[in-house]
Amino acid sequence: MSTVPENEPDLGLAGPVFGDGSVAGSTDGSTGPTPTATPPDEPIRAVPVRHPGRWVSAALLLVLVAMLGHTLIFSRVNRGGHLESRFQWNVVGQYFFSQPVLRGLLVTLELTAIAMAAGITLGIVLAVMRLSPNPLLSGASWVYIWFFRGTPVLVQLLFWFNLSYLYPQLTLGVPFGPAFVHLDANSIITPFFAAALGLSLNEGAYMAEIVRAGIISVDEGQTEAAQSIGLSRLKTLRLVVLPQAMRLIIPPTGNEVISMLKTSSLASVVVVTELLYSVQLIYARTYQTIPLLIVASLWYLAVTSVLMVGQFFIERRYSKGAARPRTPRLVERLGQSLLHLRPQHPPDDGDPPDAIATMPREWR
Amino acid sequence: MTSGPDAWMVRAEGVHKSFGRLEVLKGIDLAVRPGAVLCLIGPSGSGKSTFLRCINHLEKIDRGRLWVDGELVGYRQVGDKLYELNDRQVCATRAQIGMVFQRFNLFPHLKVVDNVTIGPRQVKGEDQVSATERAHRLLARVGLEDKISAYPNQLSGGQQQRVAIARALAMEPKLMLFDEPTSALDPELVGDVLDVMRGLADDGMTMIVVTHEMGFAREVADTVVFMDAGVVVEAGEPARVLNHPQHERTKAFLSKVL
Repeated sequence: MSTVPENEPDLGLAGPVFGDGSVAGSTDGSTGPTPTATPPDEPIRAVPVRHPGRWVSAALLLVLVAMLGHTLIFSRVNRGGHLESRFQWNVVGQYFFSQPVLRGLLVTLELTAIAMAAGITLGIVLAVMRLSPNPLLSGASWVYIWFFRGTPVLVQLLFWFNLSYLYPQLTLGVPFGPAFVHLDANSIITPFFAAALGLSLNEGAYMAEIVRAGIISVDEGQTEAAQSIGLSRLKTLRLVVLPQAMRLIIPPTGNEVISMLKTSSLASVVVVTELLYSVQLIYARTYQTIPLLIVASLWYLAVTSVLMVGQFFIERRYSKGAARPRTPRLVERLGQSLLHLRPQHPPDDGDPPDAIATMPREWR
Repeated sequence: MTSGPDAWMVRAEGVHKSFGRLEVLKGIDLAVRPGAVLCLIGPSGSGKSTFLRCINHLEKIDRGRLWVDGELVGYRQVGDKLYELNDRQVCATRAQIGMVFQRFNLFPHLKVVDNVTIGPRQVKGEDQVSATERAHRLLARVGLEDKISAYPNQLSGGQQQRVAIARALAMEPKLMLFDEPTSALDPELVGDVLDVMRGLADDGMTMIVVTHEMGFAREVADTVVFMDAGVVVEAGEPARVLNHPQHERTKAFLSKVL
């Protein structure tokens, strides 16, 4: 099978041979180690390069962290004659799990989930339309993206909220002909519906560009190979192109989900009692503005953290067969840079094949 | 099927193809009998690969006619009129023609076995058990039975190309097209791929091979076609074309590659 000769001709030379036929190190064989000396066969134990800058910056950082911790936790302030903790953590604790806040959180999660699900679906459809050879579809998609990216989402929300002003009656029927169903716009377009609709349509435009970027990043050869075995255009997209595009689509989509979680707070302007509006309603009554904003922020942070963990697992699922090693976790990197710990061997916690094993063989 | 009197697996008459203002194929006439192996040789840019891609309609031809097994590629003829085939019909044609690419183009997100079974399962609706069984058989044939659950990027180039051949064969094609199948391989991996192709030819598969492997062409091909600048310069038995080329252009090319 192999075309390489089994035995290399023995040149009778000890060291590595260079182009001119001379043997490495043979020119000054009298001094220094002889070229035939083999290096000691043991792991290299060298003094690592010192990084004094890292220690200085670590010390500075420590001082800053201490100051932050102090002001957050221990410092007290005189309010109306009595001393209380600056950030009123007791108030934070009091409202953190309170009914209105939890109800608001639920609405925020619902809005985010609905808007992202609809936005991703719409985005895939728009991206496929945009890449379609049909100029009408492609043009329609372009106009949609142009419009919804080009107007502020706040304005869009207000627009949908006030739709009943333009169309008091919504009718379903033959265009310019008889109508079959009449609906009262005010009763359909509740604040929640307006918010969900506005956020979804706006998100669709952004997701369309993300999905399109993913699709065009997949090598043309993949499409050709799929076509050559007779897969239809739709199956090629669904079975070959989109799964590979997912790797590129997921990180920015994670961004979008997290961004949506917080953008959904705009729904407060159309009187949806989501998380932010719930705490606003409370502090409008109690004037404990900062602690209640902290309550909302901590919930946003908590949900974002959970989403980031979710993103990690989704990314891992779609990185099957990918050649690029995953980025090391923050803890590993800190350990490597400051304490000169050896890079850890891939953890045996069911991670996908590690970087070495998934590398093309020629690179190993 | 309207095979009729013409017993050709592939027949091309005056095939033209342009990309924009660049005319890549300037009237190709060719014919391949069932079971024959035709090797297309020639300098890069001569239109070999483009012609190959026209055969399974990855490229549309501008002029001329192209038949595979007696059927027009990409069109249906009623009287003097041509009707373009829709996506489903083109797919049905392609399903009968296997193609192997220079860059392998395996699906990196699928295991080797799924690369081989995706065609039969998704195009022919074959069930998983029999498709997997066939995949085992085909992978054994190309010597990679043990790589069945590997991912493509865990394989060497030569192994990937052999999986790609198995993937094409899984559709039980009546014609195999090879587009420089060994050009992207390390020299020591070329042999394995050529061995598999030689075996296919021995089993009577009709093959059109764009290649720079003159040794393979000489040994396996029934016909060698030398193309240059979008035309067939010379065609004939390998011994004649490769050893006693008639045209200056062929001589010049062969003197560089042999």
